[in-house]
Amino acid sequence: MTAAIDVNAVPAPPVAARKPALLSVNNIEVVYNDVILVLRGLSLQVPEGEIVALLGANGAGKSTTLKAISGLLKTEDGAVTRGDISFAGEKINGIDPDKIVRRGIFQVMEGRRIISDMTCLENLRLGAFTRRDNNVRQDIEMVYDYFPRLKERTGLAGYLSGGEQQMLAIGRALMARPKLILMDEPSMGLSPLLVKEVFAIIRQINRDLGVTILLVEQNARMALQAASYGYIMESGKVVLDGTAEELANNEDVKEFYLGGGGEERRSFKNLKSYKRRKRWL
Amino acid sequence: MVFASIRSSVRRSGQFPAGDPDHTPYDRILRTTARGDSVATAGIRIQKQSQEQERGLGGNLAMNWNLLFQLVVNGIIVGALYGVVAMSFVLIYKASQVVNFAQGEFLLIGAWACWWLLTTYQIPFVWGFLITLAFMMTFGVILQIVVLRPMIGEPIISVIMVTIGLSIFFQALMKWMFGVFAKPFPPIFETQSVSVFGLQVQSVYLMSLGISLFIMAGFGWFFKYSKMGLAMRATAFDQQVAQSLGISVRTVFALSWAISAMVSSVAGVVVGTVNGVSSALSFFGIKVFPAVILGGLDSILGAVIGGLIVGLLENVAHFFDSQFLNWGNMYEIAPFYVLIVILMIKPYGLFGTKTIERV
Repeated sequence: MTAAIDVNAVPAPPVAARKPALLSVNNIEVVYNDVILVLRGLSLQVPEGEIVALLGANGAGKSTTLKAISGLLKTEDGAVTRGDISFAGEKINGIDPDKIVRRGIFQVMEGRRIISDMTCLENLRLGAFTRRDNNVRQDIEMVYDYFPRLKERTGLAGYLSGGEQQMLAIGRALMARPKLILMDEPSMGLSPLLVKEVFAIIRQINRDLGVTILLVEQNARMALQAASYGYIMESGKVVLDGTAEELANNEDVKEFYLGGGGEERRSFKNLKSYKRRKRWL
Repeated sequence: MVFASIRSSVRRSGQFPAGDPDHTPYDRILRTTARGDSVATAGIRIQKQSQEQERGLGGNLAMNWNLLFQLVVNGIIVGALYGVVAMSFVLIYKASQVVNFAQGEFLLIGAWACWWLLTTYQIPFVWGFLITLAFMMTFGVILQIVVLRPMIGEPIISVIMVTIGLSIFFQALMKWMFGVFAKPFPPIFETQSVSVFGLQVQSVYLMSLGISLFIMAGFGWFFKYSKMGLAMRATAFDQQVAQSLGISVRTVFALSWAISAMVSSVAGVVVGTVNGVSSALSFFGIKVFPAVILGGLDSILGAVIGGLIVGLLENVAHFFDSQFLNWGNMYEIAPFYVLIVILMIKPYGLFGTKTIERV
């Protein structure tokens, strides 16, 4: 485990052969407030030890999928009305979110959601709430090894920068020693450089600790670089899936999610940058 | 003014009308305030107070430093108890957003339970006290599960009405079970009072101050270092986040009621040992409001400080009232006057939530 992380040195994990799925979501339907149908027959598999990306436009139902898996749907008056979710061979839909955490699924929610009136250390200790073993102290050190910056911040977590808060949110997830981490938009609101750093850490965590990660992202390019497999969602369904390479080279994906595919687009980009340069002069 | 003169004559003679069986709500408030007076001023045996008061009435405007000092110490002791009850009120409010109007009844039930154990079974005080704590903890959990859990998600006004209902119900239940007259506790200490800095302070009140400080320190430790304390803070901050961390919000709610009932009952037993147990104890539940609103509804530290301020304030107000003003009711009213002023200046109280905004 190395303390400093070289952003470019961490390679993407190799695309593994089909392993048995740790998490499998089979044809689920999710309804909010008994009337609003959000997911209509979604299925996906997450093989053990891999990073799987779940991509799609706003409102496609990516976050809802994660909440359905982690059980947090209940807190928002939503329910899985059809299909089932199984984790490590056991059916988990309908179970309370706190019990799902105990089974080894931890969700890093969108917008980080750290507890701003507590210190970093208290946030980390809360991450380990479900654990009964005595290695919590060592794991706090481990998190500090990944994120040396957090160790220096002794004040309230609410005063951390956005990137630091994201690191704290990931560190808090690690403290629970989960088998599967559900990450909802880790790149949200971060500068491109920080996004790179966060993704490098996600890959490193996956490689070092063998944690399986299901990653929901708007930043499709970064997500497909980190992931080995990807699903693309549209209005509550999976419309396309494949290995990360296949998806990254797919013409439709390029056009809709990666941007800057064809010739015209490139020229438009040049035009824009030209204009900008002129304005600065 | 007629009422005030009757009240002051009652105070001077040192006797209070015993609780009568037929009681209207107004009647209850009047009687509890009259008794609330006794609850607080009995803290330190103020000798010759009635003579001092007579002289005060006679126009002697010289400050009576000795009396003031005694009342200040008294205020601190009673204020610490207010602080303890206020803390347990804030605990419930923070964890489950329920304004608990039945907080005073927790004191009452705890005191009666302890009194009943001590007088019926003649067990030592320590054992009676510990059994009471265990009983109140169970009571809090059951109350939360049976009465308040079904109310989760209902409008806030419904939940408040339920706690007011609980207050009336337990008040009546205790009167029905134990009668309306104040009953004295069996003596706990060999020596009734000890001398501290030349003041005769009742041993029970020293115990009270010690217990209050112990509970406050315990709360501080619990919320800073214990896993469950952190979980309760997390739940107070954001229930969804708490659940995503694996915290069972139901457990946290039940635990907050259990701790609150238990801690309040400690205050009930302490006050009961001095003044005897009667429905006047639930008056603490009303005094808690100026304390918690002063401190800010969601701050444990604010509750402690608010409690101390209210305790001091009413005693100092009582001093000026008895020495100079002779209005006869400043003792109860002063905290509420100050409460109004503070809310005009700082609407969130002294320590109310300041949400952190990153810029």
